[in-house]
Amino acid sequence: MRYAMAIDTRKCVGCSDCVVACQTENNVPVGYCRDWITETVDGTYPHVELELRSERCNHCDNAPCVRCCPTGASHIVEGGVVLVTHNECIGCGACIQSCPYDARYSHPEGYVDKCTFCIHRVREGQKPACVEVCPTKCMYFGDLDDPNSEISVALRNRKFKDLAPEAGTKPQIFYLI
Amino acid sequence: MKEELIISGRMNPGIDPYLNLWHWQIPIYLFLGGLAAGILFFAALYSIMGKDKEMPTTVKWAPFLVPLALTLGLGALFLDLKHKLFFWQLYTTIRLDSPMSWGAWTLMLITPLSIIWVASYVKEAIPDWKWKFAWLESFEGLVIRYRLALAWALLVLAIILGIYTGILLSAFNARPLWNTSILGPLFLVSGLSTGIAATMWMSKDPRERSRLSRIDLILIGIELFLITHLFMGFLASSAVQIEAAQLFLGGQFTVSFWVFVIVLGLLFPAVLEILELRGYHIPMAIPALAILIGGLIFRFIMVEAGQITRYLY
Repeated sequence: MRYAMAIDTRKCVGCSDCVVACQTENNVPVGYCRDWITETVDGTYPHVELELRSERCNHCDNAPCVRCCPTGASHIVEGGVVLVTHNECIGCGACIQSCPYDARYSHPEGYVDKCTFCIHRVREGQKPACVEVCPTKCMYFGDLDDPNSEISVALRNRKFKDLAPEAGTKPQIFYLI
Repeated sequence: MKEELIISGRMNPGIDPYLNLWHWQIPIYLFLGGLAAGILFFAALYSIMGKDKEMPTTVKWAPFLVPLALTLGLGALFLDLKHKLFFWQLYTTIRLDSPMSWGAWTLMLITPLSIIWVASYVKEAIPDWKWKFAWLESFEGLVIRYRLALAWALLVLAIILGIYTGILLSAFNARPLWNTSILGPLFLVSGLSTGIAATMWMSKDPRERSRLSRIDLILIGIELFLITHLFMGFLASSAVQIEAAQLFLGGQFTVSFWVFVIVLGLLFPAVLEILELRGYHIPMAIPALAILIGGLIFRFIMVEAGQITRYLY
């Protein structure tokens, strides 16, 4: 089993609904976020191209945050999901430094926090909160090992890219382009 | 061409607009760790070589700084932790992949061993010293009898500690400035040099001082060589590392790095040490202080600048 997410940059309108849904679902403290929207503009006017991406922890196959964690608080569970055990985390910040996506932050209570792929929902057969609320239905979540899952189908039929593959982390959030 | 780039919706404190998570605690700790490693390395080395009579400051007296430096350094490290009450989780596991785990365990070993090392010389410093308990007296006898074994242990641990201060940073491939294997040896050599500087400053014996000063000149030469290679490596590497090097070659850290680290911290003390060896009278405090301050600023700059370098946005 390999959980992953595909996000259609041609459907995303950058409404930030996924951001708010995550903050609500996961009680993210005010002023913090586990997912966010990135806008990039390529080219020079008038020949410009806009891309919108909903970004979050990439739940990397080669996760540097798990490797550098001195206590084992950062760990990998079923489906390759990277989680942080709060009462094992000492708040040293090594994982934050190691993440090329800056997807982690230091929670006001001291431990390090990040996207969990809403594993608590996924274990009950639901989709992550961000995927569930997306008004343009531009996000696909599922098991890459299952050829019939909606993410496998999406990745089979479309061109896609991942972020900073040169960092060697093997990210598992794919952007359909 | 990527003309414009906006991130909206993320303003996580300490992370945005650029990573600013590690503050003064980390460079102070890296400096004190390197200093302790440097002092202990030469203490153990000269003790193993049987030169404790010729090099009394190196072997016996300078190490008195080490428990102090390590305690202060560990204190700084503790202050850096955001989830402080859980610090003991470091010692519930050994994680070979994590440099920080290596460091935590190395410090756990080297701190008590360095205290034992200096305690075994307390009677030479204060002749009427009496240990309060009889078992401490017999333990001291044991330490003195097995000093060679202790010296070997300290030698190895000092090298691990010195390299670790660099590897701690170089293991983060997300920060292109840190992500170079030269950082380990560079921090080790810099730590050895600061250790020698502190020892040289304490020493009253001109022969011991000139011997240390000669070694220090070699170390400064190696440092300059490694720094040259650091930049050669960056400039021949990927775009993010070329950008990282630009921070020091025209970017915002150019002046602080070249003036304070290279000139004040390496070239200036090297010139003074050469003059001293040629017979000019130079107060040892000046080159020693320059090396120590240069080493400290070097760590501040590396920690600060490294956090700015990144892959995305």
